[in-house]
Amino acid sequence: MPEYQNIFTQVQVRGPAELGVAGGGAELGRTGAGGFSSLLGWIGNAQLGPIYLGSWGLISLVTGIVWFNIVGLSMLASVDYNVAEFIRQLFWLSLEPPAQEYGLSIPPLNDGGLFIIASFFLLISVCTWWIRTYVRATALGMGHHVAWAFAAAIWLFLVLGLIRPIMMGSWSEAVPYGIFPHLDWTTAFSLRYGNLFYNPFHALSITFLYGATMLFAMHGATVLAITRFGGDREIEQIVDRGTAYERGALFWRWTMGFNATAEGIHRWIWWFAILTPITGGIGILLTGTVVDNWYLWAVEHGFAPEYPPMLGADGYTGTGG
Amino acid sequence: MKKTRNQIRDEIAGLMFRGALIGIIAFTAAVAFMVIPRQLGRIWPVETVQTGFRGTGMEVVDFVSDSEALAAANIPPVATSVPIPPEPGEPLARDVYPNSEPLGHLTVRNYDRLVAQMREWVGNDTLFSEEENYATEVARLMIPMTWNINENWDGHVADTAVTCYTCHRGEQVPANVWNIPEPLNDWAGPSAMFQNQARASTYSTTLPVDALQTYLLEDEQLVGVHGYSSRDEDDSSNASIYHTYQTYALMMHFANSLGVNCTYCHNTRSPADPAGYTPQWGTAQLGRIMVQEINNEYILATEPLLPPERLGPLGDVAKVNCTTCHQGATKPLLGQSMVAEWPELISSEPVYE
Repeated sequence: MPEYQNIFTQVQVRGPAELGVAGGGAELGRTGAGGFSSLLGWIGNAQLGPIYLGSWGLISLVTGIVWFNIVGLSMLASVDYNVAEFIRQLFWLSLEPPAQEYGLSIPPLNDGGLFIIASFFLLISVCTWWIRTYVRATALGMGHHVAWAFAAAIWLFLVLGLIRPIMMGSWSEAVPYGIFPHLDWTTAFSLRYGNLFYNPFHALSITFLYGATMLFAMHGATVLAITRFGGDREIEQIVDRGTAYERGALFWRWTMGFNATAEGIHRWIWWFAILTPITGGIGILLTGTVVDNWYLWAVEHGFAPEYPPMLGADGYTGTGG
Repeated sequence: MKKTRNQIRDEIAGLMFRGALIGIIAFTAAVAFMVIPRQLGRIWPVETVQTGFRGTGMEVVDFVSDSEALAAANIPPVATSVPIPPEPGEPLARDVYPNSEPLGHLTVRNYDRLVAQMREWVGNDTLFSEEENYATEVARLMIPMTWNINENWDGHVADTAVTCYTCHRGEQVPANVWNIPEPLNDWAGPSAMFQNQARASTYSTTLPVDALQTYLLEDEQLVGVHGYSSRDEDDSSNASIYHTYQTYALMMHFANSLGVNCTYCHNTRSPADPAGYTPQWGTAQLGRIMVQEINNEYILATEPLLPPERLGPLGDVAKVNCTTCHQGATKPLLGQSMVAEWPELISSEPVYE
């Protein structure tokens, strides 16, 4: 007998593609007839498509591809169009923002100009994809929670690449497009502005980040643990007594006294998730604009402790300090 | 339903079995926890040196095997002779050897033994020979450089002082030198032409390769990048992100040259906070200024003397950095001084005892 299991769904349904309920906006046009993939069926729904592209989707896709190609071709150019070297150095290569001297002006193409052009296309791409999430949710009569959550991420993206560089008066403050380069940028950014760990909004952002992952783990684990009682099929669970859902709730009430509700847990997770980039974005925006050295700011506000003089490698003997 | 005696007995036995199993697993885990790190420490022993107040993570950790390898690579050669105090009326080198400057003031006996030793140190038998050669011309600049380091930079080299061997180690050109770098790519403009490719000189980071030029040759840019107040109305630092990359690259060079990490000199919560510096920070500061002086006043002067094969890709002389002397040790040759037998290298006016 086939079993319905978590993560790897062994039962795959085949039939005409499911297009959604009539009257819920699902009748709006979509491209293609939809197909089925056994591989996808192992990790989720086996049905692939049909998809709705629309004008916003088309703009987003085209501008996104333009950004991707400008970055990729710039990287290729910086290894003299040597494909082997491109693959070897891929994680090191980068399209860098202009130098500080250029301020907010448009520099030559190979000296940061392409970075600004690429960033412009990425901005259009990300924003039109956001519009798409908003418009599709409206079409289905849904709330706009996905769009606002995505907007929170876009806020951080805009702060890093647009708002803060303008406030600082130089595009050189933007983040480079490269794998390792953007990581080294992060370190340099923290070093330049006196250690981001002393930025309270950075601390808040980390709190929400770790909190979100913890809540997500608790929620995901609870739902998986009660699927043996049908807990993943939510319809009647919410109102009935003695159901899988109630066991999940009871588990947490037993374990830690408090339990969220089936609806409330999603609010917890949603808020923790969106507050991560919102607080992070505030922290980045204040850096270099309002506060120039977070460590000294922390000293002034009494939360960076003082230590006795540092004695160096010859100074500390034994185990004491 | 009432349980039978046997069922209760089986249940108790089951519970005991489970308890025993959990106990064994817990005990094994506890023992493993105590033993495995200890055993790993025996297989790959490490040694730790504390450099700052406890709890700040300020320490330098080394594998003992690495320290032993370093010790083996830093055994100074035994001196071939001992200084001979000059006697009144003893002939001077300049009276006998016309090309003996700048060592002409030495007695012939001391000059001969020093030149013999120097030839060995720098792997060149023609040094100060009768026939003039470029190596001798370079040596005429390097000897005053050594005097300068030993006389005027004791804040950095202390009483240990340096000899030709500190850098040369038997080679004509010291193994650890650097040249003005070519741009890493022909495409990018000045904003990015020196960065974002894996290179040995930047320890496979994306950091720029022009940091040594900026900080060990030129002297126009501060190493520090922070502002010196929390809200910097006066813009006490206008350092760019690129400037920060360069400083980071220089710090990578310092750390790798000396075989240490950041916390040898800094409390990394605020690298520019003087209260977090160790005394070694000051030594390193002096060292950087010393290297600038060495490169600008002595090394650059040798450039016109050198044959083309000794020059870098842009036609410049190979220059000094921290690794040239230190070679992975916090003190070159692990602080073993070689100058006891060579007062002639301490100063242009050697003191014989």
